[in-house]
Amino acid sequence: MKTMLHLINKSPFEKNSLDSCLRLAQSGSSILLIEDGVYAAVANTEHAHRVAARTRDLSIYVLGPDVAARGLSDSPLIDDITVVDYEGFVDLVAEHDANQSWL
Amino acid sequence: MEEFEEPGPEIVKRFMYVNRRAPYGTIYAHECLEVILVAAAFDQDVSVVFVDDGVYELKKGQDTTDIGLKNFSKTYGALDDYDVEKIYVEKESLEARGLTADDLVIPVEVLAAKELGEIMAKQDIVLGS
Amino acid sequence: MKIGILINEGPFTHQASDSAYRFTVAALAKGHEIYRVFFYKDGVNNANKLSEPQTDDRNLVSLWSELGQENDIDLVVCVAAALRRGIKDEIVKEGFRISGLGQLVEAGIQADRLVVFGD
Repeated sequence: MKTMLHLINKSPFEKNSLDSCLRLAQSGSSILLIEDGVYAAVANTEHAHRVAARTRDLSIYVLGPDVAARGLSDSPLIDDITVVDYEGFVDLVAEHDANQSWL
Repeated sequence: MEEFEEPGPEIVKRFMYVNRRAPYGTIYAHECLEVILVAAAFDQDVSVVFVDDGVYELKKGQDTTDIGLKNFSKTYGALDDYDVEKIYVEKESLEARGLTADDLVIPVEVLAAKELGEIMAKQDIVLGS
Repeated sequence: MKIGILINEGPFTHQASDSAYRFTVAALAKGHEIYRVFFYKDGVNNANKLSEPQTDDRNLVSLWSELGQENDIDLVVCVAAALRRGIKDEIVKEGFRISGLGQLVEAGIQADRLVVFGD
C-alpha cells in the first residue's frame, strides 16, 4: 500500500481542512501540521480530543519552527505528536510515497 | 505555444485534483479548473474530486450576470470532451449542504468518505485548491 | 530524490512562499534535487522585481532569485496567472522564467514528489 503524508496549514478554529483530512485519511497515513495548522497540535483546546483520538491510527507531526513562531514552545502538545524541523519535513516528504496539501 | 519536454510514454501517474473551494468568492476554484484542463492534455490517469465547499462549484443554475465574473460552471461540461471521466463528489459534503447529484451541472460519481479516501490514498500526485 | 514545488501565494499575504523557501533550502542541504519550483495563482508575485519590501523585512523575490541561480533551480512563473496580474518578462526577476501550466504537470510527472504550498 502507498503511504500518504497529509499537510495541514490551517487553524482548526478557522477552517475545516483538519476535519476533512481526518475524515478522508486512511489508517496508517501521516499528518504534518505546519503554519497555522500547528494550533491543532496543542493540548487542551476544544479540538485536541479529536486529534488525540487519531494518534492511534495516524502518525501526527508538527513543524517546530511554526510552533515556536506562534509562542507555543512552552505549551503542552498532544501526546504522541512528534515535533520536526524543516529537515524532518523534507524527510517525511521523501519517506512517504505521496503527499497532499489540505489548503 | 508553451514548450515542455514530452514525458516518456512509460510514465503514467495517478493525478487527483481536489476542489474544496466555493466559486467566485476567491479565484481558487477557477484557477484549479485551469490546471485540470491543461493536465488533461497529458496522458495521465486523471481524477477530479469535489469535497467540502468544492461541491458548490458544480451547483446548477449559476448566473453571474450581475456580479461581473465569468460563469465558469459551464466549463466543467468540457471535462468529458477532454476524456476526464473520473469525477467524484463526496456524499457527506453534498448532504451537509442539502444537495444531491441532481443539483449538479455534470454527471458525477457520488462516493462516501470511506470509499473516496481509499481512492485518494492510491494517488501519486494530489493537487488541491 | 527529485522534488517539485508548487507555490500558490505571493510573499506578503500568506506564509506559503516562506515555508516553501525553507523547505527548499533544507531539501538542498539534504542532497535532494529541486526539479522545479512552479509559481501559480498569486504565487507569481514572488517573481516581481519591482517589489520593494521595507528594509527590516525579508525579500523573498531576491531570496528565490539567488537560491535559484546558486543551485541551478528552474523557477517557472505561470504565464496565464502572471499576465492577469501584470507580471511580464520586463519585470520578472533574474533567475525566473515565464512558461505554461504544462510545466507544472510535467514537474508532477518527472519529479519523485510534488509539494504544494498555498492557502
